[in-house]
Amino acid sequence: MVRGWRSFVLFSVLAFGYAFLYVPIFSLIVYSFNESRLVTVWAGFSTKWYGALLENDQILSAAWLSLKIAVMNATGAVILGTLAGLVLARFGRFRARTAFTTLITAPLVMPEVITGLSLLMLFVAMQNLIGWPEARGMTTITIAHLTFSMAYVTVVIQSRLSQMDVSIEEAALDLGARPAKVFFVITVPVIAPALVAGWLLAFTLSLDDLVIASFVSGPGASTLPMVVYSSVRLGVSPQINALATIIVCIVTVAIVVAGFIMHRQEKQRLNA
Amino acid sequence: MPVAQGARASHNLEAWQDPKARPIVQIENVTKAFGPHYAVDGISLDVYQGEFFSLLGASGCGKTTLLRMLAGLEAPDAGRIIIDGTDSTLIPPYRRPVNMMFQSYALFPHMTVEQNIAFGLKQEGASKAQIKERVGEMLRLVRLEPYAKRRPHQLSGGQRQRVALARSLAKHPRLLLLDEPLGALDKKLREHTQFELVNIQEQLGTTFIMVTHDQEEAMTMSTRIAVMDEGRILQVGSPSTIYEYPATRYVADFIGSVNLFDGRVTGSADGLLFIHCDEVGANMAIAHGEPLTAGTPVSVALRPEKMVVSDVKPDKDANVLRGIVSEIAYLGDVSIYHVELPNKTLVHVQLTNLARLTSSPLTWEQDVWLTWEPENGVVLQS
Amino acid sequence: MMPPPVPTRAPGPEGAVSPTFLGYIWRWLMGISFVARVRGLAMGTVSWGRALVTAVPFLWLFLFFGLPFLVVLKISFSQAVIAQPPYTPLLTWLDDGVMTLRLNFQNYILLAEDSLYWSAYLNSLRIAAIGTVACLVLGYPMAYAIAKAKPEWRVPLLMLIILPFWTSFLIRVYAWIGILKNNGLLNNFLIWLGVIDEPLPMMHTDFSVLVGIVYSYLPFMVLPLYATLSRMDESLLEAAADLGCRPGRAFLTITLPLSMPGVIAGSMLVFIPSVGEFVIPDLLGGPNTLMIGKVLWTEFFANKDWPVASAVAVATLLLLVVPIVRFQKAQEESAKKAEERV
Repeated sequence: MVRGWRSFVLFSVLAFGYAFLYVPIFSLIVYSFNESRLVTVWAGFSTKWYGALLENDQILSAAWLSLKIAVMNATGAVILGTLAGLVLARFGRFRARTAFTTLITAPLVMPEVITGLSLLMLFVAMQNLIGWPEARGMTTITIAHLTFSMAYVTVVIQSRLSQMDVSIEEAALDLGARPAKVFFVITVPVIAPALVAGWLLAFTLSLDDLVIASFVSGPGASTLPMVVYSSVRLGVSPQINALATIIVCIVTVAIVVAGFIMHRQEKQRLNA
Repeated sequence: MPVAQGARASHNLEAWQDPKARPIVQIENVTKAFGPHYAVDGISLDVYQGEFFSLLGASGCGKTTLLRMLAGLEAPDAGRIIIDGTDSTLIPPYRRPVNMMFQSYALFPHMTVEQNIAFGLKQEGASKAQIKERVGEMLRLVRLEPYAKRRPHQLSGGQRQRVALARSLAKHPRLLLLDEPLGALDKKLREHTQFELVNIQEQLGTTFIMVTHDQEEAMTMSTRIAVMDEGRILQVGSPSTIYEYPATRYVADFIGSVNLFDGRVTGSADGLLFIHCDEVGANMAIAHGEPLTAGTPVSVALRPEKMVVSDVKPDKDANVLRGIVSEIAYLGDVSIYHVELPNKTLVHVQLTNLARLTSSPLTWEQDVWLTWEPENGVVLQS
Repeated sequence: MMPPPVPTRAPGPEGAVSPTFLGYIWRWLMGISFVARVRGLAMGTVSWGRALVTAVPFLWLFLFFGLPFLVVLKISFSQAVIAQPPYTPLLTWLDDGVMTLRLNFQNYILLAEDSLYWSAYLNSLRIAAIGTVACLVLGYPMAYAIAKAKPEWRVPLLMLIILPFWTSFLIRVYAWIGILKNNGLLNNFLIWLGVIDEPLPMMHTDFSVLVGIVYSYLPFMVLPLYATLSRMDESLLEAAADLGCRPGRAFLTITLPLSMPGVIAGSMLVFIPSVGEFVIPDLLGGPNTLMIGKVLWTEFFANKDWPVASAVAVATLLLLVVPIVRFQKAQEESAKKAEERV
């Protein structure tokens, strides 16, 4: 165990690290209740920016579009990511495996500007060749998001699958269930927490993305980050602080609830 | 080494010696390689109805791979597996009349005990009433009725083991495969469960094939044992045959403990083989079925409990070794003596402690003579 | 992008039809065993289910991740024109059916000659490297402290590391504007403390970009480090202590070397995306903060020069190939280890 001055140093670094992570977020929240337009001068408590936010049609419709894309993306990414995770965790070695893993892991670290640009180029080339996609917007953004978020989901699901006792699946096969049935009746329930985590991860990644969406979007389709970005570029805006506060609240509640559920499951598992 | 003689019921005990008996499992020349390593290397084996057959070997000897090929979880690279008269080499696991009990038990964590046992029956499309009846039967068999609604993580290790057994037996398999069924239990529970498992097997008459690395377990439970090493079967036989007449040095050494002496045949007469062991400078006369030509290199295997230790020079010139006692291990019922021969070879001898320890005449550094009867040694050809 | 149709001609005596360019790529990707696989399907030794499960994600990634790079590569060799799409085709068909290929290296020559691109590349690497080291310096003790914390504290502490990651990245970067600008929180605070009289110019500098990078990527450093540190067997340190090794030395000779996989994974996860970062330099950096992601964005959105933007993308990718391959190897190894443990 760590004692004395070393534990003091560790504690200080930890405290500094958490302060570094959270001070900006708290400052956003505090100033979202500021009366003044100037984000740095406190002029009294007010909720007027929340009111203004709720009347801002541009932000609301962008949020709605982003939510739709995020839900479709998360669902698709879980499906594709589960298939890919299954291939990596269960199918052992096959010749094309290297190509497969390259395609899976590259999107994790690929700079967004490159992914965005290349997908746009593809869409334009496809449009010229086969006439699809006719216009860029929700569909192209969803495809683009799916492509990079499925890589994240794959990693989550692959690691869960490789931790899982394979003999459970073998036992089901042995007892007469066909492979597809084994997958749905045994594997899916066992890895369900990972599927949920993957879905939430893909959802957030999509909701968070500015760069790729900016490339592959077309006229008239602005996602929430695109609207936020254009408003932030013009300067600090308290409405964005209000939006940030709402997002932080939703995420905190979701994370705490999810964490609580997972913690309880873990406890159950350990008690076993 | 205790051998559970007569622990087995007598019905069709020796099916493998009956020329008319048809084996339920025929393994023909089966080979399986993982990369350059041969896990199973050209194994042929027949197992008969009602047997409790053990595949015994150290880890990595290919026993589990062979078992998995019987279950259909691995496909052989070459050879055939015939189960109950049907060539099953390439039949997938879910279409085989075979069930398996996994080493980790592989209980479905999201299902209750009841649902686990019912799983196989559901796949067959059995009716609700049938399933209920059979699950009840199985729960009674393994004495787990009060735990029907529990989840696996709410059970003890021994209870999980019994659920796994019940689940794998629920479908009336023609053949039950057991992969180290007692491996995860502690010693006390393991001994108790050995007998329970044998009783269930006899009650149902199902053919069991078990994989184990524990020779004692194999000896107590099986009708026959196949000793495996490096993907090959070294010897197949009843526990007593394997123990009393090991076919190779490896088998002799793996099953129980043994003293091995290298020597050369000098002659034979009256079913006895005369052997001179240069190393320890002794002549031996060992009972052996067929005569061997003089000069053949052989090993003589002597079990520790098959020798007599005496502090008086015996009146024989063959089957005598002289040494001094270098270690005494008192184990309660028996004592193990390490006797050092003049050439520093250590010989292990086991004596039953008939009288109290204090009255034992043998002590450290004492000169002793080891003797044995010709029938008590085994001649092994390398 | 599709290759022009192969001219139909009677197959020669050898009966061979030359495979198309895409065909080559396809065969390379699927490996030679693809043919064997199809044969296996027909013979029933390879299951259709497996083939389908493999093919769906594979084809998706090939179509929307692999193929686009080929398109970008192609466009980087063409010229910008005012048209729809705004670049010249590489392959043109003359009247007599002869195909001509025009590769235009102009874009790459521009990249090589114009110091703007060079300094952007170097600056990106420099800032990403400094940011990575800063993340490591801050993240390692944090991960270590969490791994050494009481078990019941670990989950909440980790959750606090992950939580900011789930809130909008853009908004978190935006928060720093309010903190770092001349009349922002930090300057006001320092003036109030009396440390400085004049506001420090922190916004629109390399410093603010670095703060943004460390802030945004810190979780990516802490998590893999925590994963390796928490997996480490405590008895190793006890054995070291038992053998007379002092704690500080034990850390240097045992903990640190054993946590290298986490250090590498974390560093790659921070370094690679930082090199191509756009949002942070755009919002927090100044006009002098040249970073390659921002240059690419400007070429594309402001100058509408698709071929140059493509060439920048290709060059950036070449720059990142080595770290990306290194990262993938590390990923494969840790996946293998995870499988062995089971």
